[in-house]
Formats: sequence, C-alpha cells, structure tokens
Amino acid sequence: MSKMMTGAEMVVQALQDQGVTTLFGYPGGAVLPIYDALFHQKKVHHILVRHEQGAAHAAEGYARSSGKVGCLLVTSGPGATNAITGLTDALMDSIPLVCITGQVPTHLIGSDAFQEADTVGLTRHCTKHNYLVRKIEDLSRILHEAFYIARSGRPGPVVVDIPKDVQFATGLYTPPKNVHHKTYQPQLKGEIAKIKQAVAMMAKAKKPIFYTGGGVINAGPAASTLLRELVALTGFPITSTLMGLGAYPGSGKNWLGMLGMHGSYEANNAMHDCDLMVCIGARFDDRITGRLDAFAPHSQKIHIDIDASSINKNVAVDLPIVGDCAHVLEDMVRLWRAEAHPVDKKALQAWWAQIDQWRARKSFGYKKSDTTIKPQYAVERLYELTKKRNTYITTEVGQHQMWAAQHYRFEEPNRWMTSGGLGTMGYGLPAAIGTQLAHPDALVIDIAGEASILMCIQELSTAVQFHCPVKIFILNNEYMGMVRQWQELLHGGRYSSSYSEALPDFVKLAEAYGMKGIRCSDPSQLDEAILEMIDSPQAVIFDCVVDKAENCLPMIPSGKAHNEMILPDADEDIGSVIDDKGKMLV
Amino acid sequence: MNAQTPPAKLSPYSSSNGQVSRIETHTLSVLVDNEPGVLARVVGLFSGRGYNIESLTVAEVAHAQQLSRITIVTTGTPETIEQISHQLERIVPVHRVTDLTLLGATVERELAMIKVRGKAESRTEALRLAEAFRARVIDATTESFIFELTGAPKKIDDFVELMRPIGLVEVSRTGVAAITRGPVGM
Ligand SMILES: Cc1cc2nc3c(=O)[nH]c(=O)nc-3n(C[C@H](O)[C@H](O)[C@H](O)COP(=O)(O)OP(=O)(O)OC[C@H]3O[C@@H](n4cnc5c(N)ncnc54)[C@H](O)[C@@H]3O)c2cc1C
Ligand SMILES: Cc1ncc(C[n+]2csc(CCOP(=O)(O)OP(=O)(O)O)c2C)c(N)n1
Ligand SMILES: [Mg+2]
Repeated sequence: MSKMMTGAEMVVQALQDQGVTTLFGYPGGAVLPIYDALFHQKKVHHILVRHEQGAAHAAEGYARSSGKVGCLLVTSGPGATNAITGLTDALMDSIPLVCITGQVPTHLIGSDAFQEADTVGLTRHCTKHNYLVRKIEDLSRILHEAFYIARSGRPGPVVVDIPKDVQFATGLYTPPKNVHHKTYQPQLKGEIAKIKQAVAMMAKAKKPIFYTGGGVINAGPAASTLLRELVALTGFPITSTLMGLGAYPGSGKNWLGMLGMHGSYEANNAMHDCDLMVCIGARFDDRITGRLDAFAPHSQKIHIDIDASSINKNVAVDLPIVGDCAHVLEDMVRLWRAEAHPVDKKALQAWWAQIDQWRARKSFGYKKSDTTIKPQYAVERLYELTKKRNTYITTEVGQHQMWAAQHYRFEEPNRWMTSGGLGTMGYGLPAAIGTQLAHPDALVIDIAGEASILMCIQELSTAVQFHCPVKIFILNNEYMGMVRQWQELLHGGRYSSSYSEALPDFVKLAEAYGMKGIRCSDPSQLDEAILEMIDSPQAVIFDCVVDKAENCLPMIPSGKAHNEMILPDADEDIGSVIDDKGKMLV
Repeated sequence: MNAQTPPAKLSPYSSSNGQVSRIETHTLSVLVDNEPGVLARVVGLFSGRGYNIESLTVAEVAHAQQLSRITIVTTGTPETIEQISHQLERIVPVHRVTDLTLLGATVERELAMIKVRGKAESRTEALRLAEAFRARVIDATTESFIFELTGAPKKIDDFVELMRPIGLVEVSRTGVAAITRGPVGM
C-alpha cells in the first residue's frame, strides 16, 4: 500500500516487501535513522557482523545457498569502503546483492564532510549498477529497482547510497509492482532456430562434451534438473567449472570432474580433443582455457549465456545462444526428445573408451601416509563422513579450496559457496555464517586455510552471537600453500613471506570466542575427530594439521595447453616446467 | 577527448604467433537515460577495460524523455569492437547501442575552431585555404584568425595540417556526431 513515511522507514518497508528476512550490517552515523526503523519491527532480522567485508560475504553465502538476493546495510565512508571487496567478489561471481549505504546529507556532498566517500564513484566498477538517491520521491522506486536489477539476467551486486537527510525526509512509499524497467530487460528465451541448430550439431557429434558453469546455478534448480535430463538423454560426458559444481551430481556416471587449471586429466583432455563443446553458463575464464591458441583446437563451440558480452569475449564460438540456461535447456530437451535424434553410438563409445583411459590415470591421486594427514585425505574423509547429511560447503582461497573442489563431491546445486573470480581470502567464514542463517538446520562447513581464515576471523564473534554452529575445517599447512606452490614452480623455491609465522593456537582461539576447538594431526584419529566436530551443537574450529609441503595437482601450468598437465605422479621437477612467458601470467 | 592509439591489445594468453586481427575504426551511437553519472559509466568502461576512445561527444537529444546520445569513435579489432558494444549494452541506463560503421551508410560531422597566427602573405594564404574548405572566419585581429569549420573528421585533419606551416596556434574540436543515412532512425 502507498503510504507516507520517512526515508528510513521506506528502506525497511521495501526490504520487507521484497521478502528480505535477513539483513547483514554494521551501524554508523549515516545509517542511524535506518537502524532506528529496524528497531521497531521484527520481520527483518538484522545480523550484526564485525566488519563490513564480512557483511558482504555473508550476504553472498546467503544468496548463493538460497537463490535469494543477499542484503546488507553499512554506513558511509569506511563502512562503504570496507564492503567493496565483497561487492567486487559478488560482481565477479554473479551473486545478487543489494547493499544499502548511508551517505552524508545532500548539502554536504562534495565538501569532504566527516565520513564522506564518493560511494557511487568508488563502487561504479564493482557493482552491476548503483544509485545515489538525491530525493525522497525517488527512494521507493530505486529500492525496488535495485532488487530487480540484482536478481535479473546475470545477477550482481547493486548499491543504493542514501544521504542522511533523505532518510529523515517524509514521502510517499510505493510498493513493488511488476517492474518493467525502461532499459534493463534481459533476454530469457533463446532463439529457437539456433537451439534447433545446436541440437542438430549435438546429434552429429563424435566427441562431444558439456562444459557447464556458474550460470546453471544462477538459473535456479530447474536448470540443474534439465541439465541432468539432457546429459542422460544424450549420454555425453560433462565437466564443470569451479562455479558450477553440483549442477550435475559428482557421483553421476557422465561426470568427468572439474576442468581447468586444477581440474581432472580426463576433463581437460576431453576438452582439448572434443569435436563439439557445448558451453552452458560458463565464461571461458583463463583458469579454464589455458593457452588460448591451443584451446580445444578441433572443436565447434556452442555457447549458451544470458550475457551477450560473455560470448566471443575470450574464445570465438560457432553458435552463440543468448538466453537463460533454464529456458534454453528446456527447449533443448524438448527439441531433442521431439526429434528423437540418433546419436553416433559407435563414435560415442570410442570417445568414452578414450575418456576411460584418461580416467585411469587417477589424476586426483596422491601419496597416502600413515604418519601425517594429507590434505586430500582430510577432504576425502570429511566428504565420506558428511555426504549423507544436509551439508553445505564454503571455502577460503588457496590449495585447500582446490582440494575441496577435487575431493568433495556435490550432488546438488547451491551447496558449494566459493570465491572463484576474485579469489578472496576471507570469504569462507562469513559466507558460512550467511549460509547457516539461510539453512538453520544444515551442517555448514568452511574448508579453510590457516592464512585465509585470519582475514575475516572477527566474524567468529558473529557466529557465536547468532548461534550459527558453523564448522571451520582448517587444512593447516603453515603456509600460504598456493603461494608457496607457485614460488616452488616459478621462483626457485624461494619462499618469500609465504610461511604462516606466529599463528594463533586455533583451539584456544575458538575457546576465547566461546566456541569449541579441536586439533588433529594423526590420520588414524581423523575420523573420530571429524565426527566430534559434526556432532557438536556449537560452532567449531577444527585445526587439521596437514602435510606442509603438499602441492595441489594436477595442474595446467600457466601458458600451457590442456593436454600439457603436470600430474601428481610426474617425475619432473615442477620448478622447471614453466617458461618465461608463462611466468608473466597469474 | 583524444587518446593515443596503443599497440593492438594482445592477451598474454594468446600466442605471439597467433593471427592478429585488423585494427578498425568504428563509430558507435549510444542512446542513454540522461541521469547523473551516466557519462562516467561509459567513460569508465573504456578506461577500465582498456578500450580506446578517439572521440566522444554527448548531448541531450530528447528533452522530454531525458535521453542523451553519446557518439564514440573507437578503434580495435572487430572482436574488440563487438565486445565494446556488448559491454555498453550491459550498462543499466543504456537504451541502445548501434555500431554505425557496421550499418554502412552514415554521415559524420565535427565542428572545429582553429586559431592561426600570421602576417602578410601567410594571412592571405590562410584565407584562401579557408575559402577552399568553406571555413568561416569567426574572429580576426591584425595578426590572427579563428576559423570555424564543419565537416567529416578527415576534412578537419586536412585543414589543420595545411594551417600548421602557416602559423597554427591551437585547435578546439567538438568530436564526432554521427547519424545513419535514409529515412530510418536508430
Ligand atoms: C586459486 C583458484 C584457482 C582456480 N582454479 C580453477 C580451476 O582449476 N578450474 C575452474 O573451473 N575454476 C578455477 N577457478 C575459478 C575461476 O577463477 C573462475 O571463477 C571460474 O572458472 C568461472 O566459472 P564460470 O565460467 O562458471 O563463470 P561464472 O563466473 O560463474 O559466470 C557465469 C557465466 O554464466 C552466465 N550466466 C549467469 N547467469 C546465467 C543464466 N541464468 N543463464 C545463462 N547464463 C548465465 C554469466 O553471464 C557468465 O558468463 C579458480 C579460482 C581460484 C581462486
Ligand atoms: C585477499 C587476498 N590476498 C592475497 C591473495 C593471494 N593468495 C592466494 S592463495 C593465498 C594463500 C592462502 O593460504 P591459506 O589460506 O593457508 O591456504 P592454502 O593455500 O595453504 O591451502 C594467497 C596469499 C588472495 N587470494 N586474496
Ligand atoms: Mg595454508
């Protein structure tokens, strides 16, 4: 209902009308009126984080695990600048967020007022869109528009910057209508003629592969169901990026594992040798393509993406289809069924025989040990002991993240929250809190590194305050392992500043925050310790002391092609693999 | 706004012996909501993604609907220019992006004011050339002229080059405005 109210009340009303029940935030002078409006109601539950970066990542975890828009509220100046890493992270990984920032009153804008920052200027490059609300008359429209833009098309973060005088001003609130935005109307349906053509190409393929990504997750659970149907109908092999894990089940028989820099040998070789690549909601990131001129050199490529700018950006494709994965997959499945395409059975059999040979290399293998916990073993055990439960996994960034991607198997979409595009250390703990708040009864585990976890460690306090029993499973190798590995690879093993000096005692740290701490360094006691963690009703830090020198393999060294992977059983000295040109790359 | 053309952008991931596409110059017309910050979004896109701007003009074209038209002349490989168009389309207040160069038949015009200093024969020479180019004199002193010239950018370039040895002082150009030929609009 349209109603007169203050700007601050409008913010809260709009959140309620948009179905927001959880708001992550941190107060300050420029948002006090909004905090006051929150005080008078119960529908929007405010989660006080301990740092605004935490608010943004928590909102990301909430959004990614629930399919809803994540929401945060921060003050002007330092509140807004602290949120920027999280906003950039959400932009890179296409996560829908609405971030409300306070701003100094309009008449002070531009005067270097106390806690003034040019928030729209600063966030222009790290948001899908942003607004400075100059007058109360625009506020309710902008708030509803912000939600529409955040969740539609390719999702992303939207900032609404609200000066304090606008929060105090009174105006007419208008509830959300079915917004028909005058410029922003993403195309959902793919062109039927092109989908037909795609189906015909697929029917003729001899060495096809589905290469899927985060777009399938973005498109909602229906897209994953349709993807599974299409894989079953065609019998084609399927791989996915880091961001798309769970869209197709990790236990599925056509699953090749993740592809890319730390992907499986079979996935990468199949990408290299395929004659038809069907890319669904992935963006040909450089972690995937490796050396561009050697990327799937004999293939035709179909690319389904809702964002036309993702198509032909890094890799030229033969058949672009702009549309939402769920819509396009629905048409594809329907057309495939209707036309009962005879696939080239013999060719597909030969293709699978080849793939099985690659699989037999067991590229995620590692040397087992009775004395030290191998990090891969730790993830394997964690998987085995949690797979039957309602589990959600988040990660920090580094080797542990890749081991989690390789060894944990995801059966459903929205179960895997990780920072892929920006690779933000510190993401995992707040994301776990956000995930836990979206799924209060679930088991939420942050697979962490001892270095990353310290980047947003203050959020332990948030977890305790809001009774989030998140489990922080640290693969503690006492190194910024991923950095150490690259130094071994590229810089002659000179481990410049990558040793995790002066680490806290994580068990005591947990206890200091009022949580439970567990340490394990003996492989024979690992299962028992993991079960103790799982069974604890509290938040837990699990300090899993692992092999310090383990490298994350397999790996496509930078500047190399898919079929030039370093395998775990390679005899080569990994320090000699990358040439000077490769060293330039990241 | 004039930017220097940097060497063709080569991703470090592409091989150095890979085929390099031809660098082309295209004129893009971008219809936008005339709201605060929209120009910053467009310009920021070019700087943030390392695209070139040869010329950029902007002005409101439909006051009632608050629409502005931005005309951008840019250079790049055909693939880069396709990317630029798509990236521009992602900007929320952008209504439409048209690559006028791809459409073929377009008219491009630019206005320039050119200050020339000189005495005696150089003055007559300047005036003679101005007449040939249909440049108007809009200011004159005993030792200088300011010419106003409208035309395609090439024509202005040519005129400026001719004025240089005579005593060119400075040039102010509006940048390119462009429109398609024929009865149909953007
Ligand atoms: C240390 C580290 C190592 C990494 N190593 C690897 C690796 O080995 N392998 C790997 O895969 N990744 C790796 N990554 C992640 C990598 O950097 C990228 O984030 C990831 O590959 C991108 O995944 P994506 O292509 O699925 O794209 P996303 O970033 O998920 O983008 C999704 C794409 O789908 C489109 N889209 C969005 N919504 C829809 C919709 N509804 N319908 C249709 N299309 C849609 C978008 O426009 C976009 O093009 C690593 C990251 C880190 C930090
Ligand atoms: C905010 C941030 N700073 C720096 C980096 C670069 N970086 C990537 S991985 C990594 C080391 C991570 O160490 P740890 O958390 O212990 O994980 P491990 O690799 O040892 O599993 C660093 C410093 C980053 N990704 N993010
Ligand atoms: Mg570590």
